[in-house]
Amino acid sequence: MSAHLLSLTIFLPLVGLVILLLGRGLSNDTARWIALSTALATFVVSMIVLGRFDSSLAAYQMVERASWIPSIGLQYLVGVDGISLWMVLLSTFLFPVAILASWKVDKDVRLYLGAMLALETAVLGTFLTLDLLLFFLFFEAILVPMYLLIGGWGGDRRIYAAVKFFLYTMAGSAFLLVATLFLAAQAGSSLGHVTFDIRDLQAVAHGLPVATTRWLFLAFFVAFAVKVPIFPLHTWLPDAHTEAPTAGSVLLAGILLKVGAYGLIRFNLALFPDAAKYFATFVSILAVIGIIYGAVVALIQTDLKRLVAYSSVSHLGFVVLGIFAFTEQALTGGVLQMVNHGLATGALFLLVGMMYERTHTRDLGKMGGLAGVMPWLMGAFLFAVFAAAGLPGLNSFVGEFLVIVGTFAVSPWFGSLAALAVILAAIYLLWSYQRMAQGPVREEHRYLPDVSLREVAVLVPVLSLLLVFGVYPKVLTDRIDPSAKAVVVHVDPQGQPTQVGLVQAQESPP
Amino acid sequence: MIDTPTLVFGPVLPELFLVAFAIVGLLYEAVAKRSDRLVHLLIAMSGLAMAAASSIILWNWSGDATVLGGTVNADRFAVVGRLLVIAIAAFGVLYGKHYLERSEPQPRGEFFPLVLFATSGMTLIVASADLIVTFLALEILSLSLYVLTGITGRRASNEAAVKYFLLGAASSAFFLYGVAMAYGATNTTYITAMARALSGTTGNQAIALLAMAFLVVGFAFKVSAVPFHMWTPDVYQGAPTPVTAYMSTSTKAAAFLALIRVFDVALQPLTWDWTPVIWVLAALSIVVGSVLAIAQTDVKRMLAYSSIAQAGFILTGLTSANSVGISAAMFYLVAYAAMTLGAFGVVMLVSARGEEQTSLSSYTGLFRRSPLLAGLMTVFLLSLAGIPPTAGFIAKVGVFSAASSAGYWPLVLIGTLASVAAAFFYLRVVVLMVMREPEGSHDEDPSLMPRVALVVLAGATILLGVLPGLITGLLRDASVLRW
Repeated sequence: MSAHLLSLTIFLPLVGLVILLLGRGLSNDTARWIALSTALATFVVSMIVLGRFDSSLAAYQMVERASWIPSIGLQYLVGVDGISLWMVLLSTFLFPVAILASWKVDKDVRLYLGAMLALETAVLGTFLTLDLLLFFLFFEAILVPMYLLIGGWGGDRRIYAAVKFFLYTMAGSAFLLVATLFLAAQAGSSLGHVTFDIRDLQAVAHGLPVATTRWLFLAFFVAFAVKVPIFPLHTWLPDAHTEAPTAGSVLLAGILLKVGAYGLIRFNLALFPDAAKYFATFVSILAVIGIIYGAVVALIQTDLKRLVAYSSVSHLGFVVLGIFAFTEQALTGGVLQMVNHGLATGALFLLVGMMYERTHTRDLGKMGGLAGVMPWLMGAFLFAVFAAAGLPGLNSFVGEFLVIVGTFAVSPWFGSLAALAVILAAIYLLWSYQRMAQGPVREEHRYLPDVSLREVAVLVPVLSLLLVFGVYPKVLTDRIDPSAKAVVVHVDPQGQPTQVGLVQAQESPP
Repeated sequence: MIDTPTLVFGPVLPELFLVAFAIVGLLYEAVAKRSDRLVHLLIAMSGLAMAAASSIILWNWSGDATVLGGTVNADRFAVVGRLLVIAIAAFGVLYGKHYLERSEPQPRGEFFPLVLFATSGMTLIVASADLIVTFLALEILSLSLYVLTGITGRRASNEAAVKYFLLGAASSAFFLYGVAMAYGATNTTYITAMARALSGTTGNQAIALLAMAFLVVGFAFKVSAVPFHMWTPDVYQGAPTPVTAYMSTSTKAAAFLALIRVFDVALQPLTWDWTPVIWVLAALSIVVGSVLAIAQTDVKRMLAYSSIAQAGFILTGLTSANSVGISAAMFYLVAYAAMTLGAFGVVMLVSARGEEQTSLSSYTGLFRRSPLLAGLMTVFLLSLAGIPPTAGFIAKVGVFSAASSAGYWPLVLIGTLASVAAAFFYLRVVVLMVMREPEGSHDEDPSLMPRVALVVLAGATILLGVLPGLITGLLRDASVLRW
């Protein structure tokens, strides 16, 4: 069993899915417990993966390989490194939370939970596979359950949002498929056999003409930029986030956006290091525009969910900036920010959902004084707001700080502009809290219930991680560092001197 | 002294069985006062079973490569092709029996023999080693299909039959002209002899190119590739749904397999001349089919345009003129057969009240009324859109991979981008079914038998998406055309 730990992680949710699909007579509650226990079991398995992970290695670990479709060169190939490890844990952690958070969904419960579990398998597959075509397969497989979740259980304009999400992502991935097949065909002529193993493809891509690798880089980049999303390809995100059900927004912000950023690290940097350097300034400019633009647009939102959605655009800009700075701290910070943004924004979306269930509005202008009505819920909200705004001692601070420092070493301009956005984030987040929690209470909101026991069970794990990762990020960085270093060295063998000292200094709790 | 060829009937046993059982069916229809459709179904099924069994035996054929004076091939390519069209025919007669019982006051017992006759033409065309036989088989299948299209006597159905006949006859003329030209160029109609003549010095290249052009037109019509697709939407919409299901899948399979034999063997020496033609046809079919499908409001027309786009994808695989491309195209044909038969099967059950009820609006809220049908349709549509884990995804990757390794990656780019447009209209049906509430009253056909068939097809669609290795080995063996 231990040899197939990663496969077990990926496919365990499917067991729950099959039970849900076959169990026609299951009561809604039974279905919920089945889904929750499947997701929890997956989390436990992924914790075993964490336990066995050797943090001294930069290479892929626990690799499993099996021939699948020899005629087109597709193989089943999975493995984990310090970057994907945290993406996997983030996913397996957020899925049970999301399932617990959607306990009140009453429409087609089995289909809803089934879509969630299918999504979990697809997401875990994208993070763990080392085969480019298998990655594409999982990448496409994400679309259907997410599309169903948004379109089936979302808000008023859910169908528009769902179709927009689907078509944007699929249009991006069209380029990914072409580039993938092109690379594999090149492998066929240079290695003698068609392969999608990314470790082999690195060598193949290395031998290609510079112009070709630049085109390929762009094809991969478009696919992932849509997913991240990077300005100006972000326009599907506010709609999808706003219309998705609470759990859908949590998963979308928490995990799906990370698939794009992960793809940039895993494929764009690893396969086309020279092209990545060539386009680094261009991408960084887009990232900085996204950081500022997302923050400014978030500032003027009155819909709470849209506000959080635009803040995602801004925060993901940090991740991209970190990835394309090609310094060890910046990349470590970027990966850290991926995890932290998943947790902080996930918490915000959970809280927005809980608010909406009570007030039936997300309009900030129609709220006020809620701190007096629901002190615990508002307290939790303030905590999440602080975390998302990057307050030192909470999780996002470390990642953002590392990105800014790491970027500053390369380009002071980008570093300072990004730092500016941190201030903006504090403004829009705290201002939204102020409009919601303070001031006079509206009459219809006077007797709203505070958090229920189930909601406590949803929030406590997430909020405590916000604190834990803020105080003790070493548990993350220790495992990310070797892999991040390997990526940076691969891109820039004799580039920036790595300033490990700063990373270390940041890791010790104040 | 005239050399009489020795007659070896083993490799044509499938055709003989099909025709024999078709005649039995005709006699039964003539003799019985009131024919029973179940008996007809049993006769047809037995014929198909015998034909399938005699095809399977041919897998290990140890006799001559061609028999009956070199006119029929006994290779594995023919075995796989025959099995595919026979399997499609089995679903066709199953659908047909159900449909006739539900919607037709008249017995229409001739439906079953006609399907068998058409199938015999299709099995013959995939085995043909002589362009004359190819033409003969093409006519057998076409004539049967013209009649089948108009079988119900509804006006739309008859109109479709006439349209199909007129355009089909013209395309047959093109094809025959192409055969004549090919004979003019090479002095032979044998497929392998043509290849030898063209690769040597005895063939006339200029006339061979003309022959190629005419043959392309003939085949492109049958597989409904743009710009020879005009008949497809009207005929698919007008024909009774089981006939549409049967014809859209089996004709395409048979015509593509014949095309592979003619182009990858007979015209193999002209590969550099015909791959650009296939390239253009593929690109046009994919783009035009996908774009026009978006505008459709009738589900049968939408599936018709989608089948045009699918033809383009299969052609994409054929731009790679080797066994990689051939086996990719064959896998696509198998996947296409499963998902299209399935989709039209659902259409047949949803439009329980008659042919007029095929507008997309009758799918609104189908999930509430019949979760099973909506679920099955979703599987078929996702497969047509090429979303994993379905056969359609593997099939698309296969043909794109073949075209890409042949260096035609702009075509791959066109194909993947058009897939996005295509995903839009497939998804629209899913949206209607799953995400909207039902409006008005519709009742689906509640019968069990077609549902079982649909579940089998959906199972095959997913199974081939997860474990395509089940048949890829078989197809690789079959895709080596020896000459």
